[in-house]
Formats: sequence, C-alpha cells, structure tokens
Amino acid sequence: MSRLIPFFGFLLLVVLFGFGIWWNTQHDQREVPSPLINKPAPAFVLPKLDDPAQTVSRDNLLGKPYLINVFASWCIACGEEHPVLMAQGKSIGVPVIGYNYKDDEGDAKGWLAKHGNPYDMVIVDREGRTAIDFGVYGAPESFLVDGKGIIRYKRIGPLTPDVIEKELKPAIAALAKEQP
Amino acid sequence: MALLFFAGLAFAQAIDPLPFKNHAEEVRFQNLTRELRCLVCQNENLADSNADLARDLRHEVFNLMQQGKSDDEIKQYLVDRYSDFVLYDPPVKGGTLLLWFGPLVILLAGAAVVVVTVRRRVRAAPVATVDDKPAEEGDDW
Repeated sequence: MSRLIPFFGFLLLVVLFGFGIWWNTQHDQREVPSPLINKPAPAFVLPKLDDPAQTVSRDNLLGKPYLINVFASWCIACGEEHPVLMAQGKSIGVPVIGYNYKDDEGDAKGWLAKHGNPYDMVIVDREGRTAIDFGVYGAPESFLVDGKGIIRYKRIGPLTPDVIEKELKPAIAALAKEQP
Repeated sequence: MALLFFAGLAFAQAIDPLPFKNHAEEVRFQNLTRELRCLVCQNENLADSNADLARDLRHEVFNLMQQGKSDDEIKQYLVDRYSDFVLYDPPVKGGTLLLWFGPLVILLAGAAVVVVTVRRRVRAAPVATVDDKPAEEGDDW
C-alpha cells in the first residue's frame, strides 16, 4: 500500500495542474474585478464630443438603461471591437454611449469619421479623471447601467459577438424583466 | 561617481516631478505608492510604473495627500474603484484566506507526511538492524 503513495501523489499533482490549466483558459488572470457592480455609477459631468459646450451628467441619463463603452483612437483592441459595435450596437436594446478616454479631440473625431459612429452619444474624458471613479484601467471597457443609475455589468476588453450574445444580452434582458 | 548619483536622481524625477512640500511628505508618498499595484502592468507598483494610468493614479494619491487624507483612506479610495487587487498586501477575508494561509496548510501537510514516515521507520528499525542489508530496507521510498 505504502508503495502506491508516490503514485497517488503524482496523480494529485496531475489533477492539480490540470485544474490550473482549465482555470486559466476560463479566466483572464489580468482582469481586475470591479467592485462597482451593483453599486451606483459614480457621479460625472462630461462634455459631448460634437459639442463641448454641452455636458452630460449621470443624473441626465437616469430613467433608462444604457451602455457606456470606453474607447479611444489610440486603443488597438478598440479597433477590433468597433466593427462589432457598428454591426450590433443598434440592436442590443439599449443606447450605447461612447466614452472617449484620454484622446485627442481631432483624433477621436477622425477615428469616428473614418470607421463610422456606432454611438448614440459620445462623451469626452480627456484627463481620465472620471475614468478613475469608474475604475477604468484600460480600453475598451463597457458598463451596463440601469435606469436607477446602478452599474449592473462590466466587460473588460472588447465586446465580441460571443460576449454580446452570452453576457450582455442576458444582462439587458434581466433589466427589462425587473422594470414594470 | 557624482554623475551617476545625479543621473539616478534625474531619472526618478523625470518619471514624475511632483511638488512635495518636504522630504517627509515625499518619503510617505513613495512608501504609499510602493504598496499599490499598477493595474495596467500588474507586476509593478505605482511608484515604479511608467504607465499612463499609473501616472494618473500617482497624481490622485498626491492630491488626496494634499487634502489631508490618511494612508488608509487613500488605499480605501483606490480599493473602492479597483478592488483589493490594487493592494500588494491584501486584507485577510473570505476570498483571500487561501492566499494567506495556503502555504501554511501545505507546510503542515508536508510536516505530517514527514512525521508519519519517521514514525514508520522507527517502528521498522529493529527489524532492519537484524537484517543483513538495512540500507536497502530504508530506501523503500
């Protein structure tokens, strides 16, 4: 019996490493969990990209759910995400608000002119100050905010057709059920 | 030699010159930012990172210090936004129990194996001494 102990030890290690590999394919180790889920979105007042004299605040947006999509012209992954938003942005069921993050105004406008504008509205955070309140640490990131101004879902990294189908749409559907 | 010294200073300053009131404040800032993780690079702390966000967060920490916030308040401010992940020294709670005590558990398990093995050999020892080749018996595993 005691001769089998090393074998069982080996088996245990195999299981442990196997679990590790499986876990790492399921989870992104670099993803920082957001403590803001199910908490009110931070208060913000940010200017619009097309008309900086006009500002949009969190309280302006209360009443209906919306998706905030953090993007920038310098962000490579945003280039991957953009065609997906162009194709599906209008059909996900909530307005998509572009959050232009630490970008140059001209670059941002040029980028949207060149690749198309999938957003219902684009707000600008040039300094990235409000982004810190949102816990943004890169782009793209997306936040689903409900009608009461509560963050219900966050996606770190690009929205892909798969993510939209399996995560975002169910989250939006759950919101629709809640609201009488 | 002097040149090297100044080169080092210049490097540290070039990353991020902040208007510290005095040396003590600068030391406090350095210690604090060393305990905070850069979210972008993740293997670096805020003090050493060159990432854009790290620079922003350093400024944020600096501003909070100017507002008279304590170290704990500043850490909490960042934890509220970025979760415990920003702390290099995570608090002991449900999700971090394994992180904190996992190594101890493994150590204890190893110790238990050693104790069991030694006891078994002690029991086997009288038999082994009678035997002609005790070394081979002992090499069982």
